[in-house]
Amino acid sequence: MSKIHIPTPLRQYVGKQADVDVQGATVGEAMNSLVERHPELRKHLYTDEGKLRAFVNVYLNDEDIRYLQKEATVLKDGDNISIVPSIAGGKF
Amino acid sequence: MATTTELSVTLNKDEILRYSRHLIMPEVGMEGQQKLKAARVLCIGTGGLGSPLALYLAAAGVGTLGLVDFDVVDYTNLQRQIIHSTADVGRKKLDSAADKLKGINPYLNLRTFDTRLSSVNALELFREFDIIADGTDNFPTRYLVNDACVLTGKPNVYGSIFRFEGQASVFATEEGPCYRCLYPEPPPPGLVPSCAEGGVLGILPGLVGVMQATEVIKLILGVGEPLIGRLLLIDALGMKFRELKLRKNPDCPVCGTHPTVTKLIDYNEFCGIRGEEKPVSNGVPEISVEDLKRRLDAKDDLFVLDVREPHEYQISNIGGYLIPLNDLPKRVNELDSSREIAVHCKMGGRSAKAVAFLQQAGFKKVVNVAGGINAWAERVDPRVPKY
Repeated sequence: MSKIHIPTPLRQYVGKQADVDVQGATVGEAMNSLVERHPELRKHLYTDEGKLRAFVNVYLNDEDIRYLQKEATVLKDGDNISIVPSIAGGKF
Repeated sequence: MATTTELSVTLNKDEILRYSRHLIMPEVGMEGQQKLKAARVLCIGTGGLGSPLALYLAAAGVGTLGLVDFDVVDYTNLQRQIIHSTADVGRKKLDSAADKLKGINPYLNLRTFDTRLSSVNALELFREFDIIADGTDNFPTRYLVNDACVLTGKPNVYGSIFRFEGQASVFATEEGPCYRCLYPEPPPPGLVPSCAEGGVLGILPGLVGVMQATEVIKLILGVGEPLIGRLLLIDALGMKFRELKLRKNPDCPVCGTHPTVTKLIDYNEFCGIRGEEKPVSNGVPEISVEDLKRRLDAKDDLFVLDVREPHEYQISNIGGYLIPLNDLPKRVNELDSSREIAVHCKMGGRSAKAVAFLQQAGFKKVVNVAGGINAWAERVDPRVPKY
């Protein structure tokens, strides 16, 4: 079982939860489980072709999965997956 | 981040007294304070993040502070932009900021730039400073600041906020990643709301802005461990701080080994053409608030649908039927598609999406109230509060 941290802008699509528990052997499987359960989330994270959107980064614990095995990165029990989208608010 | 000019900078007796609490710490000392005085820091934006950032840098004794802002103080800014006060509403932010900063520290060499940062002026401007602090509020400018920092070799002390979460890091150092290493592409316009639409906890830019000021000072003094290669994630509601590792991307188009971006580009285009979502208000039938009033007064059979959130309805409403936008797909059967429906939200953005959705669901008689309830408050009924 792993936990996915949901960033604020996306919490409205997961019933306002900040963390979601998911099953999955890899990051890809866990993410897929997340968007199957919360289908409105899919288009915010993935393109129509099923690729992770470029302004969304996914971390396994504190490492960017792009520098691990991407969605094939293997999960251990208790791992934390973080979805980190870009935000720009500052002055306004 | 020590500059070579600090040795020629001296502190007079008055400054020594002023900074005594810095001077008695070995991590700062006379040498450190001289480095601060010799440093030139450019703050982009004197708003939520820029306010605490500039205030603390001035207090700390940074010698030269540049401020870039073309904006005017608005009443709704006061909830978080603490460098501005009620009496400053309507003034240029630069003027308001200058007064407070010089008030804190008359030794400050303040340079103000009443301009919008752009591809035309950024490089020349950045060359005159040592460190850039990004306090802007939109994606095109963030990419512009990043690219200009990499191209001029200046560190980019980054902070950003949304509602009650923030991010902080230091980009564009030689060994470290840049913003594009983390986010090669911006989100499509309309996907991430601005503070005016999404709201922001007033204290949040205070928290993040002071973190930025801290990183600026650490870079100048060359002490501690800066947030290079580290993304700090701040959750103010949980008061939790997490850190993620950032790596320099060797294929980064700006700071990688074979950069393809060697000059500044059109950032509005960059952020616009990547957008897969078209601006939703295009092509959706609209009704003005004046026409809406006229028709309601004439007792036309017009159903008013309000797609805001319940807490917004409590702030102000015009008696519309409330179905929050995100609930619309589930509750669409509460609506009668044979009736004409005028949809409104706060400013017209969400309601435009609702109209588009209803049209796709087969509703033929839906219109968007342009400008939303705020336009109604401004032009039709001033008793209705704006927010």
